[in-house]
Amino acid sequence: MKQSSKLTKIDLLITGVGGQGNILASDIVSEVALASGYDVKKTDTLGMAQRGGSVISHVRIAEKVFSPLIKEGEVDILLAFEKLEGVRWASYLKPGGIAIVNNHALPPLSVNLGVDSYPDDKEVIQILKQRTDRIYFVEGTRRVIELGNVKTLNIFMLGCLSSFLPFKPETWQEVIARHLPAKVLQLNKTAFETGSKEIKNVHVG
Amino acid sequence: MKKLLSGNEALALGAYHAGIAVATAYPGTPSTEIMEAVARFKDIYAEWSVNEKVAMEVAMGACYDGARTLVSMKQVGLNVAADPFLAAATTGVNGGLVLIAADDPGIHSSQGEQDTRHFAELAKVPVLEPNDSQSAYDLMAYAFKISEQFDTPVILRSTTRISHSKSMADVKENSIAQRRKAHFSRNVQKYVMLPVNARIRHPLMEERLVKLIDYAETFPLNKIEPGKRSLGVIANGIAYQYAREVFPSASFLKLGMTYPLSEKLIKKFASQVDRILVVEELDPFLEEHIRAMGIEVSGKEFIPRVGELNIDIIESAGRKMGIIDTPVREKITATDGLARRPPLLCPGCPHSGLFYVLAGIGQRLKLPGSKDKTPKESGLTITGDIGCYTLGTYPPLNAMDTCACMGASIGHAIGMEKAGSPDKIVAIIGDSTFLHSGITPLVNAVYDQSKITVVILDNSTTAMTGHQNHPGTGISVQGQQVGKVVLEDLIKGIGVKDLKVVDAFNVKDVRAAVKDSLERQELSVIIVRGDCAVRVPKRDIPRKIDTEKCNQCGICLLIGCPAIQAEGKQPVIDTTMCTGCTICQQVCPKQAIGPC
Ligand SMILES: Cc1ncc(C[n+]2csc(CCOP(=O)(O)OP(=O)(O)O)c2C)c(N)n1
Ligand code: SF4
Repeated sequence: MKQSSKLTKIDLLITGVGGQGNILASDIVSEVALASGYDVKKTDTLGMAQRGGSVISHVRIAEKVFSPLIKEGEVDILLAFEKLEGVRWASYLKPGGIAIVNNHALPPLSVNLGVDSYPDDKEVIQILKQRTDRIYFVEGTRRVIELGNVKTLNIFMLGCLSSFLPFKPETWQEVIARHLPAKVLQLNKTAFETGSKEIKNVHVG
Repeated sequence: MKKLLSGNEALALGAYHAGIAVATAYPGTPSTEIMEAVARFKDIYAEWSVNEKVAMEVAMGACYDGARTLVSMKQVGLNVAADPFLAAATTGVNGGLVLIAADDPGIHSSQGEQDTRHFAELAKVPVLEPNDSQSAYDLMAYAFKISEQFDTPVILRSTTRISHSKSMADVKENSIAQRRKAHFSRNVQKYVMLPVNARIRHPLMEERLVKLIDYAETFPLNKIEPGKRSLGVIANGIAYQYAREVFPSASFLKLGMTYPLSEKLIKKFASQVDRILVVEELDPFLEEHIRAMGIEVSGKEFIPRVGELNIDIIESAGRKMGIIDTPVREKITATDGLARRPPLLCPGCPHSGLFYVLAGIGQRLKLPGSKDKTPKESGLTITGDIGCYTLGTYPPLNAMDTCACMGASIGHAIGMEKAGSPDKIVAIIGDSTFLHSGITPLVNAVYDQSKITVVILDNSTTAMTGHQNHPGTGISVQGQQVGKVVLEDLIKGIGVKDLKVVDAFNVKDVRAAVKDSLERQELSVIIVRGDCAVRVPKRDIPRKIDTEKCNQCGICLLIGCPAIQAEGKQPVIDTTMCTGCTICQQVCPKQAIGPC
């Protein structure tokens, strides 16, 4: 699954719901890329923060990066922490790109109030398939609850992502350690490793 | 040393390394993190001022005293600070004075879209614009030099995308410019703007602008990047980065100083290319100034003046102009109709109970699945303000009718009453907003004998912008215990006779207070007090719904609490999200909700 060791560019879109830890995740990948010798730009679009709205982080990694925002249809890897937030940004994927989707639904209020409906798994896959067959559904939320802390979802998802990126495990570990308090570090390390194993068996397309 | 910095962090570090001694600000997206980063340096004085006007005035005082001073705010903050800012432009400075105003193209988190550069023209002061974190850091050093050399405040204009994106910046380590000793030398002609003195200052401002044009000609961050002759792009800020990617072989003139403009440099660039496209966000500011030099350019006929730009938008402009022919990627179907996910009040938000009560009194609540589409005559008008509580506008609460700018709720309510509205009128305002600009309209309401009800939502923080302290909390941005303004004392001191304070999490008390105030024929103020759920995330053990007792009436869903979800018709509480605020328990008519 590993790509060749020098990549020309990776455009990564991390999507989710406010509170799921997207921003920390995008900070971590960016610093890993920087420490691995690449130019990096990243930007988060979150509107009015932390109140359960959609959150999108663009991360661009290459020899030299200009725009921090990725062009629609150019995303190499879509890392979605929630299903609806995965399909919402499907059009950003490039044809044949990789979609890693946490198989977990957080219905927005309008769904709870019966105004909107939540797409079922068939629709989710059908929409993503318009761009790619490389779809990976991971049981992120389920696994991190088993591990004992739902807050480690973002690091679990980074573990899944790490399989597709040519960065050294030590670099990931080092940057993760820099960003997390010592008392939750071991749990997060385990979440990362669980994620990197989980991804091997979950290809849908 | 190379670091991955956000634009805001780079601006803060640049200012610190430029030797600032004082920094002031009022929070506002996307500028807030500048002060948060500056305040980490404990060897300078930093404060959240009560509002932008005061921030600017404190900054002026500090710079008159010789200190290099930074003042930061969001774009609309400068509307509030416009009066002292124009005064500072007139008096000039002593120590360098730099104002960061952060624009928000695309209105990610603002009440409007506006282009700060027009203020520079109005005030006759220079504007610098970064295009990444490196230039943000570098421009700061120039900004202070220019301020002192030309005796002028300098505007550093950022935008959301610059402030909130991270890129690499090579920054100096531990090299702080020498701070000057505080000293004020009396100079009435410069600092006392009596008409006689202001008349002397105005021609000096005009001369200053002429000298600044000369300076702009050799300003190192105005730079020609030679490329093909066929297309020349003039761009600033983040738009430069997008354009660089869309037109990789074009010639570029990258502008770090966008007012006043370097005329000779622009003419030189124009002579080197066949055709010029100006790429800038929001208004055609560069475009019109360049056209006024007699240079033919394209710009807003292709590039939108509304919203945030991106690569796709500039690419489609390039296609329209016939200068690029990259293929358009096919859209994919069915993503437009997906359920939206707007931000919501948090689970356990202290604002929810009040809105639930008001929505009930105003007959604004609709049960899930209700077919009733007719708007009810509510007899209640709710004028609103800006903060997390503005989210009470959305369904299911529907509990806000106006929101214009900070502090406007009370004035709106007064105006509606004076115009003769038959409704009861309630103004809703947050604690930070009340202190920012709600006090003066409340003084007005005492004076003009308005019979309105004013509700102050006191959650002890400026939540919307990320939980900053304010005078009502008594804690400074640098974490010290400082003076505390007690709202009750302030309001009584103004002369309000009817003042009630209620617990935000006690629905019965909130309802009783609102009903009492609405019945009164006098000005009435209610402070609804309860800590923000982000600051106090667990009030009690999580609640659960007893499905035996629950008759699925859906009333609990009308609070709009994100922790209460519907599985089919059955409401369920997500215990990982529940804060134990008990509001749902209090409104449930079947007593079906209780501790887990
Ligand atoms: C002139 C101006 N300055 C700053 C802002 C940014 N801003 C929006 S709401 C708000 C204050 C919110 O605090 P508060 O009124 O206490 O309400 P809360 O969010 O805590 O509910 C600020 C600073 C703005 N919109 N306009
Ligand atoms: S941040 Fe605080 S005030 Fe804002 S919605 Fe959440 S709980 Fe309410």
